Amino acid sequence: MRKEVILAGSGGQGLVLGGVILGEAAMLEGKNVVQTQSYGIATRGGFSQSEVIISDEEIIFQQVEKADVILTLTQETMDMYKDTPDAVILYDSDLIEAQSGPQFHGYPFTKMAIELGNAGTLNVIALGFISALTNIVTLDSLRTVLTNRFGKKAALNLKALQKGVDLASSLNQKEAIS
Amino acid sequence: MAITGEKFLKKDSLPHMWCQGCGNGVALSSLLRSFERLKYTPQDTVIVSGIGCWGKADDYIATNALHVTHGRALPFATGVKAVNPDLHVVVLMGDGDGVTIGGNHFIHAARRNIDLTAIVVNNYNYGMTGGQFSATTPADSITSTTAYGNPERDFDICTLAEAAGANFVGRSTIYHGRLMDNLIKEALSKKGFSLVEIISPCPTHFGRKNKMKTAVDMLNLYKQNGVTKDKYEKMSPSEQSNAILIGKLVDKDAPDFNTRYEEIRQKAI
Amino acid sequence: MSRTPILMQGNQAIAEGAIYAGARFFAGYPITPSSEIAEECSKKLPKIGGVYMQMEDEIASVGAIVGASLTGVKSFTATSGPGFSLMQENLGMAIMGEVPCVIINVQRSGPSTGLATKPSQSDVMQIKWGRHGDQAIIALAPASVEECFLLTVKAFNMSEKFRVPVILAADEIVGHMRENFALPEPGEVEVVDRKKPEVSPDEYRPFEPQADYVSPLASYGSEYVFHITSSMCGPEGFSNNDAEIATWKIDQLHKKLEVHRDEIVETKTFLMDDEPEIVFITFGATTRVARAAAIAAREAGTKAGVLQLVTIWPFPELEVIKYGSNAKTIVVPEMNYSGQIAEEIQRLLGYNADIRRVNKYNGEVITPQDIMKVLSL
Repeated sequence: MRKEVILAGSGGQGLVLGGVILGEAAMLEGKNVVQTQSYGIATRGGFSQSEVIISDEEIIFQQVEKADVILTLTQETMDMYKDTPDAVILYDSDLIEAQSGPQFHGYPFTKMAIELGNAGTLNVIALGFISALTNIVTLDSLRTVLTNRFGKKAALNLKALQKGVDLASSLNQKEAIS
Repeated sequence: MAITGEKFLKKDSLPHMWCQGCGNGVALSSLLRSFERLKYTPQDTVIVSGIGCWGKADDYIATNALHVTHGRALPFATGVKAVNPDLHVVVLMGDGDGVTIGGNHFIHAARRNIDLTAIVVNNYNYGMTGGQFSATTPADSITSTTAYGNPERDFDICTLAEAAGANFVGRSTIYHGRLMDNLIKEALSKKGFSLVEIISPCPTHFGRKNKMKTAVDMLNLYKQNGVTKDKYEKMSPSEQSNAILIGKLVDKDAPDFNTRYEEIRQKAI
Repeated sequence: MSRTPILMQGNQAIAEGAIYAGARFFAGYPITPSSEIAEECSKKLPKIGGVYMQMEDEIASVGAIVGASLTGVKSFTATSGPGFSLMQENLGMAIMGEVPCVIINVQRSGPSTGLATKPSQSDVMQIKWGRHGDQAIIALAPASVEECFLLTVKAFNMSEKFRVPVILAADEIVGHMRENFALPEPGEVEVVDRKKPEVSPDEYRPFEPQADYVSPLASYGSEYVFHITSSMCGPEGFSNNDAEIATWKIDQLHKKLEVHRDEIVETKTFLMDDEPEIVFITFGATTRVARAAAIAAREAGTKAGVLQLVTIWPFPELEVIKYGSNAKTIVVPEMNYSGQIAEEIQRLLGYNADIRRVNKYNGEVITPQDIMKVLSL
């Protein structure tokens, strides 16, 4: 099993941390993980992306070559990735023009995170959605990572994770991507 | 028994390389006497020196020594002191080394208030390379690279150290021997960054080009112009511009770097 | 590796490796993409009796680690291109004074400010020749998070063993990459300390000639009193202008690495057992893309393998000749324009050798497709 995930947007959207949480969850399941990042000089704003490769085998080349799941949070990154074949593409429907096609899943992730009380939980909502929609990583592993990492703030993050799961369950077309 | 500092003199390196009339030997003997007065040992003392005539002083001192690149003596000394606070770390620099190429390190060592004693011998020019102007060469002075006069202004080393946060600042001239002894001894004893500036003759270059033909001419000038703070403050600005302010100028007890680091470290453990 | 693996960043593994090797002093100046090393040290060192100092610049940083090292404390700094340029002056001092210390250079694009957040491998020649004067140096290049840790430990070991500064030539890719890694337990990986003097303090000379060219080094604050200088000096450590002394000193700086060459030079091979016709010769992060390309080439029916230069200086000449001479084609991927490693290989294998360079210098990583292009596979 080898899965490749891209979390793309701009600086400050928690993409690197999102990738780390996903990677740590996969490690709990005994997987090999490589997480890389690409970013510009701005800490907030500007292009930023985090790549995660999860595999049973040794991961040799460190970059994503054929993405299975892509999260885009800016129009720029959607334009970069919208033609990726065979990838599930999530996007923030408030920030990016609506896309048509079964591979696209647009939700107002940022707004949902703010409503939960912290815009920083946006990546966790997305991870909940990815976990529920695909078999990349289990919800249990993500819960464990969030609980260990966030201590007092874990409850909010677990709520955000559940929010993502609920979004995915509302889809009738739930399918495991294998 | 007279205090001579002799046991700290590395006699097999003599004769020294300094010119006739140079003040470095006088400054060196004052430093070595202070070591003896304070009962330092060669083992618990580290001399750190840079490049320049005064920077060669380590060759004549029988303690540990680290002779480094031009202008960088303070960072090397900082590393020594940061990990071994028990060592007496004494930094010997000229005006070129200490406040020209090394100006940035100078202000940051003072700001950090690291427990080093900097002895800056200021002869107003680069002696070793042939008498070019430095950051302490007075305006209008003639040097080998200011043939028509120096267009730049000079640094006041003591004011610079004070503004940057040094715990102890004092200035003497080579002529004022007892003051020099006292300032060096006090500076060595002071915890935190301490600076002693010693105005010293370079008859070979600076004196010869600026109408002070001999070292004696230069010492006479120091004698005439050296004034303490009380007197200096009563002078008019034009009188002040010819005077050399000498004596202890700053004496504080702000906590030094190692003390502060230890305080902060307690929060980590 | 018995501890639980965690998802560790290369820069973090470098800091952990330094601490594991016994480093207790870090002096540095923040710079992308190396700053995580400083941050990690600022958190960890105070807890274990060490000192973290943030200096006014990189010139001061190397000065401080040399000073600290001479008190017997293992010391290091971390930087990237612009800072590494500033470090050259006092790195020369560390070489001349034969002071153990480690400098981490997480390479980024240049010249000058370049692309501050993007990877590069263009400091290969600067690492070797960046200072004035003739000298030898050790440099190691990691290709994974595990190697970031292990080669940092090795850098300290080599530095202590041979009284020489060692450069860890990392790059932005490995510095920022996260991988599964379990920190070794104490004792699991060898840690070497410098040779201390055994003679009486009266007899001690800091550069006493030795059969293996490595003189024991005392510490400031011990019973030994000694003098270290940036000037040409004899065994006693005082500046000396004699021609004979200068010859002895420069010989010493080179020979101590030459005679220990086999201990210093490390290479790794992948798929090299069947004398492949295509040999990738790599260092640092581009090793990974070459390994992927070698597998792809074999899947396409062409035998290919990889020689990874773990040590880049002293240059692994014997290994390059051994594995390169029988190959039909050599491929050298490098994140630089000039083929800094390829030139060295060409020098060894001759100008008629079929050496294909894959150079990328725009801040983007070299991909398997980039490599396949030069092979027309």
